[in-house]
Amino acid sequence: MAGPHFLLWSELCFLCAALICCFASSNARLASIVGAAGSIIGCVLGLLSATSMLSMGTSFTLNLPCTIPLASLHFKVDALSALFLILIDGLSLLFTLYGVSYLYEYRSKRSLGGPWCAFNLLVASMGVVVTSQNGVLFLIGWELMALSSFFLVMFEGDSNKGRDVGITYLIATHLGTLFLLVMFILMAVSSGSFEFDAFRTHQPSRTLLTTLFLCAVIGFGTKAGLMPFHVWLPEAHPAAPSHVSALMSGVMIKTGIYGILRLISLAGMPPLWWGWLLIGMGFVSAVGGVLFALAQHDLKKLLAYHSVENIGIIVLGIGLGVLGLGSGSPPLALTGFLGALLHVINHGIFKGLLFLGAGAIFRATGTRQLDELGGLLKKMPATGYCFLIGALAISGLPPLNGFVSEFLIYIGSFRGGIELAQPSNLFCFIIILGLTLIGGLACACFSKAFGIVFLGEPRQAVSSSHTLPPAMKWPMIILAGLCIAIGVFPVPIVRFLLPCASQIFPVQQPEVPFSAMTSTLNLLTHITATSLILLLLIFFIFRLRRLFLGNRKVTSEVTWDCGYAKPTPRMQYTASSFAQSILQLFQPFLPSHKALSRSLTYFPGSESISFSSHTPDHFQQSFYWPLFHWVDKRFSILRRFQHGKMQVYVLFIAAALIALLIWQLGAVQ
Amino acid sequence: MISLSFAVTFVSSLAVAPLYLSIINKTKAFFAGRQGPPLLQPYIDIWKLLNKGAVYSKTTTSILFVSPVIGLGCLIIATAFLPVGRTPSIFAFDGDFIVLAYLFALMRFFFIIAALDTGSSFEGMGASREAYFATLTEVAFILGLAAMAKKTGTLCLSGMLTQISGEMWKQSGGILALTASSLFIVLLSECARIPIDDPNTHLELTMIHEVMVLDHSGPDFALIHYLSCLKFWIIGSVLVRMVLPATVHSAWLDQAMVFAAVAGIAVAVGLIESSMARLKLNTVPQLLVGASTLSALALLLGLR
Amino acid sequence: MLSWLEALIILLVLTNFALLGSSRLASLIRLVALQGMLLGIITIASQPGAASARIYILALGNIATKCLLFPWLFYRAVKEVNIRREVEPYVGYNLSLLAGVISFGLSLWLGDRLPFPTKAFSDLAVPTVFFMLWVGLLLIISRNKAITQVVGYLVMENGIYLFGISFVEAAPLFVELGVLLDVIVGVFIMGIIIHQIDRQFDTLHVGQLANLKD
Repeated sequence: MAGPHFLLWSELCFLCAALICCFASSNARLASIVGAAGSIIGCVLGLLSATSMLSMGTSFTLNLPCTIPLASLHFKVDALSALFLILIDGLSLLFTLYGVSYLYEYRSKRSLGGPWCAFNLLVASMGVVVTSQNGVLFLIGWELMALSSFFLVMFEGDSNKGRDVGITYLIATHLGTLFLLVMFILMAVSSGSFEFDAFRTHQPSRTLLTTLFLCAVIGFGTKAGLMPFHVWLPEAHPAAPSHVSALMSGVMIKTGIYGILRLISLAGMPPLWWGWLLIGMGFVSAVGGVLFALAQHDLKKLLAYHSVENIGIIVLGIGLGVLGLGSGSPPLALTGFLGALLHVINHGIFKGLLFLGAGAIFRATGTRQLDELGGLLKKMPATGYCFLIGALAISGLPPLNGFVSEFLIYIGSFRGGIELAQPSNLFCFIIILGLTLIGGLACACFSKAFGIVFLGEPRQAVSSSHTLPPAMKWPMIILAGLCIAIGVFPVPIVRFLLPCASQIFPVQQPEVPFSAMTSTLNLLTHITATSLILLLLIFFIFRLRRLFLGNRKVTSEVTWDCGYAKPTPRMQYTASSFAQSILQLFQPFLPSHKALSRSLTYFPGSESISFSSHTPDHFQQSFYWPLFHWVDKRFSILRRFQHGKMQVYVLFIAAALIALLIWQLGAVQ
Repeated sequence: MISLSFAVTFVSSLAVAPLYLSIINKTKAFFAGRQGPPLLQPYIDIWKLLNKGAVYSKTTTSILFVSPVIGLGCLIIATAFLPVGRTPSIFAFDGDFIVLAYLFALMRFFFIIAALDTGSSFEGMGASREAYFATLTEVAFILGLAAMAKKTGTLCLSGMLTQISGEMWKQSGGILALTASSLFIVLLSECARIPIDDPNTHLELTMIHEVMVLDHSGPDFALIHYLSCLKFWIIGSVLVRMVLPATVHSAWLDQAMVFAAVAGIAVAVGLIESSMARLKLNTVPQLLVGASTLSALALLLGLR
Repeated sequence: MLSWLEALIILLVLTNFALLGSSRLASLIRLVALQGMLLGIITIASQPGAASARIYILALGNIATKCLLFPWLFYRAVKEVNIRREVEPYVGYNLSLLAGVISFGLSLWLGDRLPFPTKAFSDLAVPTVFFMLWVGLLLIISRNKAITQVVGYLVMENGIYLFGISFVEAAPLFVELGVLLDVIVGVFIMGIIIHQIDRQFDTLHVGQLANLKD
């Protein structure tokens, strides 16, 4: 059996590459080659190990000797881990290809060894997180993941703003880790060991489970970017280089989802209120995320807020699954988890695609501000059409992949709404309300993003229209192809997801009836049929139109301008004006700051008028800042201990050591 | 037999759809004391446009002329989801109404980006309003269908529409009436009729749908004309089946009744158009939120 | 079974949503008059078999005061102070509608939860009572014109009245009449106060009343 070997070698490959890059930081070419090669080989090996598990259908473990106290190098790849491993390694492979060209542009300005080292470590640590079977090992992987992504976020950290962003991220992720630490310690205390297997067989009390669940929601929710804990995400993701943004947004935040799913599978039968809580949080994230996204002017920040939205959708699916488990309806649970898992994959694909597209735009124009871009489709057709496919997919439109996963969650919620008792059925309809709202809003948001950036007249002269290197173009084309493939043919991938979804079911749960699986698959064949007919129809109507227009006069003119003689590109509708009316409606939830300086004369000169609007993050402004200020004030007393004198610090350490020693030895007596 | 009646209904609804537009116009003309355009005017317009050449703006890309093509594809599929008389459509499956709503959304997405494609600020304005109002309309639409799904216990459009009966109206007419009134507002909004949008206005600043298609011409514009008629037929026939659940136990006659009843809705729309003015733009969202409220109310009542 | 009663109650619920969504004072007054009318009809319709004289007194008294007397007083007040609409309410109309939907859901839940000694004439009656209380409170909290606030009180009174007729066997007539009397006196006083506020401050914005504090 080759699975464990592949896994081990893949991890080693990442680590070796990281080590070499670390030392070869001065040589950009060497660092790029080694970093990329290590990452690619590691990813391929990781993919092989995951697919070997899925094709065999049996999970495998890898147990290495280990000297860290309490930890064990105990890895296990079951269906759920394999799925996440495929997501991580598959997407990282494409992002690495893209990153080679993307980062090489910076070779004169920055050392490339550091970013490549961190990139490899990040991929390796994500692999550890989703396969580890030991709490301490999990936390080590988790911490490594946080630190390596922190270094990548700080890629352009020499500005003040960049540094602030990095530090916000570092604090947020550690606050989350704190809750996870508490969770794992509680688990270990109750079951006697940090091994997951020990906890699985252990029957914990209700109150302990409640505490564990809340810790997991906060800790994993922080990493996933669930709404009240998301504040770091829209800051940090745009700051990293584009392929890393894609990796963080498309893949890394999914480890939070993995954590929540793993806890559900370990905890036994979940109570119903877990589902209610998850649905409530998912709703807030999904709707809040898309609303904040609509208000953004920065393309990458817009995409980052959409990650918050999509995590919300995934959590809605998980909430539905938990409702199904809690109310004893395995088919419902299966649909919910399937929808959530499929959306995990889909979001990785289209969000990766969109971030890569944003990177290509940034590379060609040097800006990410929506209102400075325009008319790019003619200059960058490949990027443009790929971005269009990504935009359609993320808006959840048929016949693309985003629609399929949302459809599964929809169908599950409708079934739940009809079958379940009060008040769970109300929560199912809340899911439906959430999905419809974000359906419309995401459509508005991405028609805006695509329309403003790629269509119309260029608002600014594009500085350099150099062509996209194939290493950057092909990953986007492959991802766009995947969006279409999964959208039109969802059945194979869902069949492949079935064992992963049933892995989440706790052991006490009765088997999922076979009919439930086949009925879900049947439904999806209808989606395939509809999508195929749609594509065929479009093709035929297109031919028909060409037939009509074939030998007639087709002329070109300027856009109809109502007789206005001198239209300029600056007069086009901007992204801000496009979104303004919708934001107006949601003003109570989304206070945006507007700055308008108006001239008082009848014929204003251009210099005297300006308008700008920006929408700060609610939670950051009115919750986290006051909280941290309060903490700051309360704990300023501790400042007294910080004099900057080394000797005094050593004295403190010694005193603490002695005190602990006395305390421990006293307890022994 | 079923597939024959389906095919006939499908083709005839595609053929008849433009007629309802002229029924609306005739009604409006009647109330204005005019004679109005002939009944076949929409067909004549479409044919005329189909036989013209096209003028494209230099700014535009392929998005502009692709959008009506995709829109037509979406609506043809949506038409196929409708039941025939009182028998379910042969394309019916669980959740087809979600697909229907998202096909509308796909079409809308392409019309919005086609409007932005021209780079005209008027069309941008229309696109922005369309995105805004459609978001609210979609909520009303899907929540309304959810209320029906809850009431009838089925998840496919045909199932829901064919299960509504006079009996159900007696039992829980409140819920059905609320849903139907919400769907009527959805119809007015989606088909760009007064009081949400005015199809006749020629002042760009006040238009929504019309302003988005200023730069389409020739066959593209013909398709757009046809699309708006087809959309009216789809939503209208859903509404009709809710409001008039009568049956004479014959697929053909039932379907004929639906054709006739949609004409009734067209007359109602014409009545509204002749009796009231377009709402102020900033009160339109309030109407649409009101429609969503009606749907939500129906849903909450159905949950008990 | 869909009785006319259910339809009437749903109409009553809809008038509350309309109250939440309208800005014109005239339409607020018209809606609250409609509520009075509906309540009067519901009073008679809710009685199985022949209604007693007591019921007719209640219904007619209700229609006379809430559908004719109060609206007339309100119209006079509006005309006198010459304001037409609510301007810039604290909570916008769309948000009010949303709050309305949420409170309706809450009322349905409350109505299911609370135990009552006797059953009301309809399942919807008790939830509607709660809903009208919430709507009344919502109007008072979120609007800033004195007249809208009085309308809010009236909606709450209508809710209490509906509660009374839901359990008409259990509640003595004079309690109901007492409440009605209270409200009549209240509306008169409000009318006088509105007049005085207008004279004093030249506005009906209740925010101005904050100036009266020490």
